[in-house]
This record gives sequence, structure tokens and C-alpha cells, in this order.
Amino acid sequence: MVETLQQLLPGFLIPYLDQAMQLGQGFFGPVLWQNILTVVWTVIKVMLIIGPLLGIVAYTTFAERKVIGWMQVRIGPNRVGPWGLIQPLADGLKVLLKEVVIPEKADAAVFLLAPVFAFAPALLAWAVIPFNDFLIVANVNAGLLFVMAVTSISVYGIILAGWSSNSKYAFLGSMRSAAQMISYEVAMGLSLVVVLMISNSLSLIDIVKGQDQGLFADMGLKFLSWNWLSLLPMFVVYLVSLFAECNRAPFDLAEGESEIVGYHVEYSGMSFAVFQLAEYSAMLLGATLVALLFLGGWLSPVGFLPDSILWLFIKILAVVTVFFWVRATFPRYRYDQVMRLGWKVFIPICLIWLTVVGCWMMSPWNIWK
Amino acid sequence: MGSMKEIFNSLLLRELLKGLAVTGRYMFARKITVQYPEEKTPQSFRFRGLHALRRYPNGEERCIACKLCEAVCPAMAIVIESAEREDANGQKSRRTTRYDIDLNKCIFCGFCEEACPVDAIVETRVFEYHGEKRGDLYYTKPMLLANGDHYEAQIAEDRELDSKYR
Repeated sequence: MVETLQQLLPGFLIPYLDQAMQLGQGFFGPVLWQNILTVVWTVIKVMLIIGPLLGIVAYTTFAERKVIGWMQVRIGPNRVGPWGLIQPLADGLKVLLKEVVIPEKADAAVFLLAPVFAFAPALLAWAVIPFNDFLIVANVNAGLLFVMAVTSISVYGIILAGWSSNSKYAFLGSMRSAAQMISYEVAMGLSLVVVLMISNSLSLIDIVKGQDQGLFADMGLKFLSWNWLSLLPMFVVYLVSLFAECNRAPFDLAEGESEIVGYHVEYSGMSFAVFQLAEYSAMLLGATLVALLFLGGWLSPVGFLPDSILWLFIKILAVVTVFFWVRATFPRYRYDQVMRLGWKVFIPICLIWLTVVGCWMMSPWNIWK
Repeated sequence: MGSMKEIFNSLLLRELLKGLAVTGRYMFARKITVQYPEEKTPQSFRFRGLHALRRYPNGEERCIACKLCEAVCPAMAIVIESAEREDANGQKSRRTTRYDIDLNKCIFCGFCEEACPVDAIVETRVFEYHGEKRGDLYYTKPMLLANGDHYEAQIAEDRELDSKYR
């Protein structure tokens, strides 16, 4: 903690920091002080992530409506506040004031817990997302594994929502969504295996750092040495699987409002809104993972500009915009087409590319040493 | 060979990228949204809005109670009752004693306007009116005449513009 603060704080504050450390140590004793510091610092880091994240999620919904509006030659929401900027707050207020209807035959406890199950993993996974070489809540050396494990839990939210609603439509919808998410998780996992193979690490920091070397990086064209180019098929598979994994268009069968109902038909008010929050934060998390795994995280795209956390934000923004763009462009898939794409197209592509990269790494032309 | 090309194209996402290019272009296109209360779309002089009963310049009602509009009205929204009385020129004539249009029923087809031999019943350009009770949209003769008096300038101008096509 002290090292991180020393890196972050402006120079004139460093003496005060040292003084505060000595004071605390003197008062609590070195062991207790260290523990207190760890807890306080972790809580601060958690707050620093969750607070802005929820704000960003709210504004992602606004940005989505704006971008899709523009693409449909409309201007999007513009009535609440200047350029409609207060719109997310108005939406939130509206949703908070609405009644949460619990169906008579529903299992009320599970019914209310299900949105939490859907939402919590999308927040939890941020614990191991590095924003920088050192800005990370928990530097787990198997970070990627943690992310995969935690995001899988969100399927429980969907199944519980459908089950506890005690409604056949919600139940069928939840089965559909769960099957879709699980199938695409296979393709996602397989495409990540290739990333793991070439970076030889499960730590997200190491994966990003591994993208900073190679022929193109030496020439100053660092953006060509990122994983997206050398693993282009995996990049595409991962991105498309991500759309399916987040239940986003063109795979948004969960909430295909015009033809089909999903697992959250029985939800209303804030309990429904939490599902929406879950969807958007899962989308942001997915975009962040794409940025870290394939787009070089916080690395700058060209040699003469410094690496910075700003690059990560720009990349996340770009990937999220692609999410909106795709939603504004493509019609919704039929359910059997969704399953066909997952099992009969993506998984074979992943397996073939896995073999190809494996052979490539064993050959004398290995570029990932 | 053809199927190989197809597989290649679909793996390269060619058509998906084409689609994305289209929406990408439209993102920067001029927006066609009309910000309604502040901006309004242009109206035709044949616009069929709120009904009005017109008068001659000497103040006499145009309507001669021929009941053609009542007959032609497909929604049966018009009710007319008539009686004989002295008109503004001092001659005996047939005039309406009751002329009601139920705007709940009206479908704004404009047949009444077409049927009228004396251009008495017309539809104005007014479309922003409302009723807070069902009865508020039941327009009686004095209300329709008041509409006619209020919008006469616009009505006359619109008839003039339309006259060359009649």
C-alpha cells in the first residue's frame, strides 16, 4: 500500500505519509497497524472500483440509447437535463419508485435473491482486474481463472430467477438463457486457453505485459504485437461469444421483447432493474477482459506515447461501442441458430486454432518466446 | 468451389462487416427527428383535422341541411336536424337546428368535406385539441361554428390553394 501511495501521491505529500505511518505504528503496534492498513486499503480500493463502476454502468445505458439512436438516424434521449445527461438518474428514480411485484406462488426469498446472484459476480470479478501494473485490488496469480469461475456463477441468478418465479414462461426462458450462456462459455474458455498458452501465465498483469514484446513492438508499432492480430480468429470468437454470454444483441433471446419472453418476465421495479444492471456490468467486464487479453490493456498503441490507464479506458470504451454498434446492426438470432453457432462453428474453430497455435509454438517460427 | 468461397466469406465476417459499415455511416448522417412541441412537420393544405362549419361573408351559415355529409359519413359520426327559417336575405330557407359531430367516432376521412355542395363543413389543420371527458369530444353546432369563425382565414386560404385541383 505504502509503495502504491508513494507512486500515486504528489511529492510534497510523501513526508506527511511517512509521518502518518510512524504515528499509526506507534499507536497500534506494528502488527495490528499492518492489518488495519490492509483492511482499510482494501476497502478503499473496493469503494474506488464499485462506486465509479455503478456510475459508469448507469451512463452505459444512456450511451447505448444515444449511439443506437444515432445509428437509426434519431437523436436519442435529450429531454432530461442538457443533452439528456440526467436521463440515467431519471430512469433510476422511476425504477426505484415502482412496486416490486412478487407473484403469489413465487418463492419470495429466492425470487429476490436471484437478481443479486446475477449482479454480484459481475462486480466481484473486478477484484482481479488490473488497471495498471500496480492498480489492482487483489493481485491473484490465477486472475483469469478467478474471472472465469466467478462470471460462471451469474448463470445461477438466471436459473434461480426462472425457477422461483413459478411461471412456465419464466422457467423456459431461464432454461434457454442458461443453456446459451453455458454453451458459449465453452467457446470462450477454449479461446482463452490459446491466450494462456502464448502468454504462459494466468495472471492478467503478465498477460498484458506479454503483449508488449515481439517484432512489431520493437519497431514501435506496439498495437500490432497485441494478441488480437496473432490470435485474430480467437479474438473474433471471444468477442462474439461475449455477446452471447452477456445475453446481448444479436443473441438477446432472454429479453427478445417482440417475440419471446425471458427469465425475468415476472420481475418488476428495482428487482428487474438489477438484472439490467447485471447485464450492463457484465458487458463492461467483458469489454475490459477483451481490452486486457487481446488489446494490450494499458499499453500504448505506439512506441512514442507512454503506457497509461487512459489507454485501458479508451479500449474499454471502444469495445463497448462495438457492443452498441452490433446491437444497432444485426437482427436477433433464432434459438437453434444460436446453439448451432456456439457448438458447431465456434468450438471447432477454437479446437483447430488451439492445435495450430500449439504446433506454431513448438516450431522454430514461434513468435511468443 | 462455391461453397468453399461461402465458408471463407462467412469466416471473414464479410457480410457482417458490410452491415456494420452501413450503420456506422448512418451514425454520422443528418438526423431526421422532429422535436415535436418545438418543431413541426409541414402540413398540406388538404390536412384533415378538427372540423369547422363555415359562414358566408354576410354572416349566414353556409350549411343548407342537405344531410349529404350525414349520409356519407362511414363512422356515422354526424347527426343533423333541420327546420325552415328566414335567412339573412329575408328568404325562407332550410337550415340546421342541430349539427353534431362525435369526434370519438370520426375517422377523419374527409368524406363530409367532399360531399358538401356548399363547402360548409370543412376540416381545418388543427390537430392539437383534446377532451378530458368523453363528452368533450362531442362537438355541437355552436362549437363547430365557433371553429369556423376562428380559423376562417386559414380555411379560405387552403380552399383557394386547393381550388385549381378541383
